[in-house]
Amino acid sequence: MKKSKKNTRVRLATLVPLFVFLALFLFGINAGEPQRVLEQAWNICLDCIGIG
Amino acid sequence: MEPLRRLVQVIATLVTNGYFLFPQSKNIYQGPLKIVCSPGLNCYSCPASTTYCPIGAIQQLLLGLRFSLETGAYYFGSYVVGSIGLIGAFSGRITCGWLCPFGLIQELLYKLPLGKKREVVYPLRYVKYFMLVLFVFLFPLLLTNEWGMGKPWFCKYVCPAGTLEAGIPMLLLQPELRATLGLLFYNKLLWMLVFIGWSVVTSRPFCKTTCPMGAFYGLFNKISVVKLELVEDRCTECGACAKVCPMGIQFNEVVGSPECIMCMRCMKEACEFGAIQLTCGGHSMSAPQRISRKKQILTEE
Repeated sequence: MKKSKKNTRVRLATLVPLFVFLALFLFGINAGEPQRVLEQAWNICLDCIGIG
Repeated sequence: MEPLRRLVQVIATLVTNGYFLFPQSKNIYQGPLKIVCSPGLNCYSCPASTTYCPIGAIQQLLLGLRFSLETGAYYFGSYVVGSIGLIGAFSGRITCGWLCPFGLIQELLYKLPLGKKREVVYPLRYVKYFMLVLFVFLFPLLLTNEWGMGKPWFCKYVCPAGTLEAGIPMLLLQPELRATLGLLFYNKLLWMLVFIGWSVVTSRPFCKTTCPMGAFYGLFNKISVVKLELVEDRCTECGACAKVCPMGIQFNEVVGSPECIMCMRCMKEACEFGAIQLTCGGHSMSAPQRISRKKQILTEE
């Protein structure tokens, strides 16, 4: 009985972050964030590479 | 297992840096693949890079958050955090051991037969959490100029991968950029040289001490779907796992440690008793191997 409870807790601890991050990921897509990320990634970030 | 891991590392490096037309175009890749998250630390201003760097992207989104909110856009970085969160929640820090280009570079440097090999001072391992919380999240968001814009603190002041993979190649491709070099670049160059030199004498020093991505993925090592587990009744506490670990940990003493990059050397090369297993969703993925060895020793005793 105890082992079964522990297993359920372990499974929850594994699944909850997956669903939370999936929700965040989908929220980001819904907000149009991928397009913004793409625009950033297409430009050379001079700040990021130490130039500028 | 090591040749397979090396092959996967090389393939991952080539896939995430697969834009080989950059010597002709003299620019970075600007195709649709850049919407895909790079699982390892790989600067997206690297001319060959085909994917975006989540650490760079999250800073860029946060530093301009006020501006995006004013324009009615909710760019909190949830797409980026969601992407790396899914990778971390599924496989913990396995990405560091198998897919990260900068991890591969450090491993190759450590193979050079130069200097006396040594381990990092343990407290330095906490610096990476400081980098993740302050340099990646809080500083870009909170320390802003008069127009409300922040800076990409980690990329701008620390990231040696950016200097090695993007800064130096871009200076070679676009010589006109050399006129803009200043203290900022030399500071980054210094960090890069420190980590390159350090990697020769210490295994993966950047991963151990500074990498914010490793710090993030490591948080999931205990609860990820894919993880390494200890079969306690098979462990003899011989310490063989610690001798081969590139991250300098003894697996049986710190199961699920955020330092473990799941390279599986302990499981395949060191443990003779099958005490370390790779599991997926709680189910063992390791073939029962050499388990009888412990039984044999115990019988002899």
